Amino acid sequence: MGLHLETTKAGKPPENIVGKILPGGRPVRRLVRVGSLLLLAALWEALVRTEMVSAFFLPPPSRVLASGWAMAQNGELWRHLAASLGRIGLGFVFGALAGILAGILMGISPAAEDVFGPVIAATYPIPKIAIFPLLILWLGIGEWPKVTVIALGVFFPMVINVRAGIKDADPALIKAAVSMGSGRLAVIWKVLLPGALPMIFAGLKLAIGIALLLVVTAEMIAAESGIGFLILSSADLMQTARLLFGIALLSVLGLAFSGLLEALERLIVKWK
Amino acid sequence: MRVILDNLSKAFQNGDQAPVEALREIACTIEENEFLAVVGPSGCGKTTLLHIVAGLLCPDTGRVFFEGSVSNGRPQTAVVFQELALFPWRTVARNIEYGLEEMGLEKKVRKKRVKEYIDLVGLSGFERMYPHQLSGGMKQRTALARALSLDPLLLLMDEPLSALDAHTRMLMQLELSRIYEKTRPSVLYITHSIPEAVFLADRVLVLSPRPGRVKAVLTLDLPRPRTERIKVDPKFVSYLDTLWGILRQDGKGGTWGSI
Ligand SMILES: Nc1ncnc2c1ncn2[C@@H]1O[C@H](COP(=O)(O)OP(=O)(O)OP(=O)(O)O)[C@@H](O)[C@H]1O
Ligand SMILES: [Mg+2]
Repeated sequence: MGLHLETTKAGKPPENIVGKILPGGRPVRRLVRVGSLLLLAALWEALVRTEMVSAFFLPPPSRVLASGWAMAQNGELWRHLAASLGRIGLGFVFGALAGILAGILMGISPAAEDVFGPVIAATYPIPKIAIFPLLILWLGIGEWPKVTVIALGVFFPMVINVRAGIKDADPALIKAAVSMGSGRLAVIWKVLLPGALPMIFAGLKLAIGIALLLVVTAEMIAAESGIGFLILSSADLMQTARLLFGIALLSVLGLAFSGLLEALERLIVKWK
Repeated sequence: MRVILDNLSKAFQNGDQAPVEALREIACTIEENEFLAVVGPSGCGKTTLLHIVAGLLCPDTGRVFFEGSVSNGRPQTAVVFQELALFPWRTVARNIEYGLEEMGLEKKVRKKRVKEYIDLVGLSGFERMYPHQLSGGMKQRTALARALSLDPLLLLMDEPLSALDAHTRMLMQLELSRIYEKTRPSVLYITHSIPEAVFLADRVLVLSPRPGRVKAVLTLDLPRPRTERIKVDPKFVSYLDTLWGILRQDGKGGTWGSI
């Protein structure tokens, strides 16, 4: 046999490795993904309907959805959702802003790094929910301890990521900016911050998961509303369908948040 | 603007390793409106010298003096960096606009200037591309446009054409000398190419291998405006010969480009 040369056929891009492992194009793969989820739900429904599993301990998807529908009708769902979203929203915004500011400060100033570095290193490993009782003592039993604990949870991944992103700035770009007359503020605003944006988004995506975890936990400990409260109170009353709906809601929220952040990232970080 | 480099030396401290002496006692003057090219073997401190003149690096000894109009304390300088230093998050047009923003120009004026210089370096149609979408040569032309658009009194360039193909490089050399002859800034131009240095410059400064010292300064008596025809001028050829002779003494003749 002679020398065999493999060439890429004109008009047909070479398939990538992933494409080879999972056959089919994009639409097909999307269909498969949705299908697998539906299949799981159908299996679950069938398992309960054929009474292989007790409907009391594991209500079928149809009943979970029905209880969600009922809660949407009587307004309960919106009350809990609004409570949780409000807490996450406030805590996330405060925590992220503080984290970004502190991260910038520590990234540009060795003095700030020396002052805040050890404090942050020492408090970072504490599971933030452990501080929650203390926050209740300090701030009362209202909304603020919950907002604060979320803000704290969000603060840490933000400060660490932003600091790393700022420190990682390309010195050549800073030189270029300075050579064109940029002062300190312009360098921060036009060079360091844009350069750190990918790290900021990485921090935000990490933080939103933490915020969700903390809001539910805090609501289970001390609240009269919210998804965490809904889940715990449903368990107390043995309303497993409501309980499962609360859990499903968390999954939807988590997906929505990360989808939102990813869309925002694509919109802002266009150069990657 | 006249720039006096007075006895510049620089050594880099590298932690616990022995310090690297990059430059030793460089003394030289870039005259008003003069195009000074600097050649020398790789690692001899050319970039270091440029950074010192740009005020981005402090020399260990010596000083740089600027004579002539100096606005608000800073000499009006523009730099084309060897690593180009384009902002990855800015498009071609926005990269060129950066220096104009920092000059405090109005948006309308900026846009007009940006367009002018995009046309000049032949990047029309690529205004909205990001640096990672450009070829090496297109990046260099963006960096060149960014510096030229500032219309500086002192233009510092660190191998700005090194990534271009021979043909584009020749075109850009012609364009550069045309711009220079029109706006007459003082220029410090670093290159690896001796023919390029001779084609563009009024004088060529030859640095010795590390630590960089002034090995020779060659004044070029060639007519302006420079055209392609100059490359067959017997004087041009003899200058190349002289410079190659000087550099061959280092035994590094083989590392020189010949574009
Ligand atoms: N920031 C730095 N820290 C330590 N050493 C450095 C630094 N910058 C340059 N050097 C050293 O100084 C010497 C001169 O470097 P420089 O970049 O000025 O050379 P160059 O003449 O521009 O070389 P090339 O032609 O390859 O660009 C080199 O030996 C380099 O290793
Ligand atoms: Mg160099």
